[in-house]
Amino acid sequence: MTSPDRATPATPATPVTTEGLVVDAEVTRGGFTLRAALTAAPGEVLAVLGPNGAGKTTLLGAVAGLAPVSTGRIVLGDAALDDADSGVFVEAANRPVGFVFQDYRLFPHLSVRDNVAFSPRARGLGRGASRAAADTWLERLGIGDLARRRPADLSGGQAQRVALARALAGDPALLLLDEPLSALDARTRLDVQTELKRHLAEFAGPCLLVTHDPLEALVLADRLLVLEHGLVVQQGTPSEVARRPATEYVARLVGLNLYAGTADGAHVTLEGGGSFVVPDHDERGEVLVALRPSSVVVSAHQPDHSSVRNTWPATIAGLTLLTDRVRLDVVGEPSALVDVTPAAVADLGLAAGQRVWLSAKATELEVYGRSHSP
Amino acid sequence: MTAPPVDRVPRRPPSSSTLSRRERERRATGGGARRSAPAALLVPAVVAIAFLVIPLAGLLLRAPWGDAWTILHGSQAGEALKLSLWTSTVATAISLVVGVPLAWLLARTEFPGLRLVRALVTLPLVLPPVVGGVALLLAFGRNGFLGQYLDQWFGITIPFSPAAVVMAETFVAMPFLVVTVEGALRSADRGFEEAAATLGAPRMVVFRRVTLPLVAPSLVAGAVLCWARALGEFGATITFAGSFPGRTQTMPIAVYYALETDPDAAILLSLVLLLVSVVVLVALRDRWLRGGAVG
Repeated sequence: MTSPDRATPATPATPVTTEGLVVDAEVTRGGFTLRAALTAAPGEVLAVLGPNGAGKTTLLGAVAGLAPVSTGRIVLGDAALDDADSGVFVEAANRPVGFVFQDYRLFPHLSVRDNVAFSPRARGLGRGASRAAADTWLERLGIGDLARRRPADLSGGQAQRVALARALAGDPALLLLDEPLSALDARTRLDVQTELKRHLAEFAGPCLLVTHDPLEALVLADRLLVLEHGLVVQQGTPSEVARRPATEYVARLVGLNLYAGTADGAHVTLEGGGSFVVPDHDERGEVLVALRPSSVVVSAHQPDHSSVRNTWPATIAGLTLLTDRVRLDVVGEPSALVDVTPAAVADLGLAAGQRVWLSAKATELEVYGRSHSP
Repeated sequence: MTAPPVDRVPRRPPSSSTLSRRERERRATGGGARRSAPAALLVPAVVAIAFLVIPLAGLLLRAPWGDAWTILHGSQAGEALKLSLWTSTVATAISLVVGVPLAWLLARTEFPGLRLVRALVTLPLVLPPVVGGVALLLAFGRNGFLGQYLDQWFGITIPFSPAAVVMAETFVAMPFLVVTVEGALRSADRGFEEAAATLGAPRMVVFRRVTLPLVAPSLVAGAVLCWARALGEFGATITFAGSFPGRTQTMPIAVYYALETDPDAAILLSLVLLLVSVVVLVALRDRWLRGGAVG
């Protein structure tokens, strides 16, 4: 069965538009294989989210033409960029792509202006026209005063803007950003992020944004795609993904408890032990149950008269102070992360090793069908 | 089962020692890393310095400074120096034109026999130059397997001509350039080339505008090494090109012959070569050689 959140790999969910990007391919690099099926519409920002080694950068490399696909195809608009069946392969230099690398890769021997003028020049504009184009872009990104500097003399935030200007100056039809903010310190990141969002909104073509920061993805992207172990495990709008994570990894990213189990109407038997009473939407078979840590109630004793349908004993394994609350790691059937206030910790005298009772209202449980890896 | 007895580490009492004021200051400013050298390293190092410097000092001490101008003027020095300078410059230019692409090929491509090719082209680094001269003679000499056709078909005779000097120098010196540039290309960050490709640059544009500028320090270092080696070339040159004054007699060869007939002239010619080398070294010192020679 397939959950409504997921686009089936073979048939893209988004209709193919004239300048949209469609990837349906396998990329093999060494012993690693990435199996990716995705679409990105013009003007859409698709965030590719995943842990290290999931294949995010491999995906961008394939779209940019730095590595060929081993099977399948990559299509932009109505032109194939790479097609393993027909043998079509457009060299990286001939793809209308703007690539912002994680480490920016600004040419150290060229001034900022010449870095930004590189693409117009390489794509056939004269020297003067290229420099004029570069100046226009530098102005547009608010860094006109940096034109004469060398990349070595730029701060992280400035280098990031120059890298974006350089990618955009080639007038690409498709924008690829590989962890564009990861090299910045926290403070600069917020400034640059706001700016980046504005520039991405102005960009007319599809945009792939690789990140491992869920917040960055939520802020910048129209749609999320989660890669794990070279496979697409989830696609959807940020709110869909945040509400119904498809895997443990996604659940951790968005801060939810996630349980796999078998549903039988209003009852879910969990794989890791324990069971839940859930709202009866007549779900049957394999399901996932998501539960917010703040929706779980901790009691020192077994609550006797209560409307809460799920109550179970558990043991506190650890406590972590988050900014305004304490996150409890509680082991039981099932185990859960639970958020409580520091005051509650003090009142109940909560400590590691302590036996407690957890409860969760059935209505707080989000139950949805489980997806299988493609 | 009992564990074997373990020797106890002898505990040494903290022996009192002193630190001179200068040494104290040196360690404080150098963060502890800069210290005076232990004798076991210092003594051999000083021997090495003496060994390298004393002969040069000998040249300076024994030079007939008073008659220098007359002696140099009367010898073939001017012609020999001119010949040496232009042949080694041409040899370096040829090495750049064909050696840099070769270095790129060795660093960036894979083909069957790559390792063999690398071994062969770097062979002149370790080959006695006179063997190189004999080999050149057998290939391009009048009866050589290529030379005979050059002679028969085009009337070109290479040996014992300035062209032979250039060939001998190129043969011996080019590997220095190739090895230096190949190393630099190998360690250069390929990410910049990928970036250039995504910016729409065809491969030759990437090579010209990104790859070459990035390895420029090593390119210059390699060219200087190559030029210096060509300037000092003796064995292959005298074997393949002979020693005709004004035609194929380069400075090193002139020095060698002068030593037999006119030692004073030999000393002065050597000093001229020394001067040229020092000038080149100083001119390029900080700008290029430091970072580049390693890569």
